[in-house]
Amino acid sequence: MSDVTGGIDMDDETEGVVKKFMFLNRKAPYGTIYALESLEVVLISAAFDQDVSLAFVDDGVYQIVKGQHTKGIDQKNFSPTYRALEGYDIEKLYVDKDSLEARGLSEEDLLVDVQVLDSAAMADKMAEQDVVISF
Amino acid sequence: MAIVNIAGKDVDVDEEGYLTNLADWNEDVAAYLAQEEKVEMTESHWEVVNFLREYYNEYQIAPAIRVLTKAIAKKLGPDKGNNKYLYELFPYGPAKQACKIAGLPKPTGCI
Repeated sequence: MSDVTGGIDMDDETEGVVKKFMFLNRKAPYGTIYALESLEVVLISAAFDQDVSLAFVDDGVYQIVKGQHTKGIDQKNFSPTYRALEGYDIEKLYVDKDSLEARGLSEEDLLVDVQVLDSAAMADKMAEQDVVISF
Repeated sequence: MAIVNIAGKDVDVDEEGYLTNLADWNEDVAAYLAQEEKVEMTESHWEVVNFLREYYNEYQIAPAIRVLTKAIAKKLGPDKGNNKYLYELFPYGPAKQACKIAGLPKPTGCI
């Protein structure tokens, strides 16, 4: 019995296991709900003390691009929230190099500090995860 | 969804009493929400509420409690950025109660 689990017995094997979770973002921030849903799941996952990373690939790189103005489409601009991730101890943000370049973007166009990876390095990062959740 | 009349103004709140529209917030509304939560607002309470509003303006989310404590410690010092201090001010959960009084949505991940 343990106070931490609210008095519920847990197997030693399930207690305190930290898994590597990657949230893979491939879609533009508006037009579909994927980007916002992904961000919400990421924020919630932070409460469970897991090893969380985010990857931005394809149009997903637009999620963290600076200067988003959403008034014209009558939607909330949630891009400032990516800057709060640091406070949630989520500091592993990976961006696909080819996706950035194909859209004429560079690291300076992004709202947050990221690691830019080529596709081989990105594949390695994905391979080392326990769970990859794609949005 | 419900409408409450606060100081002569109709204000939308959700089923848990959080403001539907952030822009409806003012100090009268905050005082009303605090009363609903049975919190007597002191200068220390306002400090936390105002901190939360600034946080929301900057990041567009209501922070989780762990994140709130850390951010307050950073800005106002460790005397205020700890669970004990914040729970004394807001006994039913600083993130939940203070966010409600500040007119913010319920913190993400708060159940």
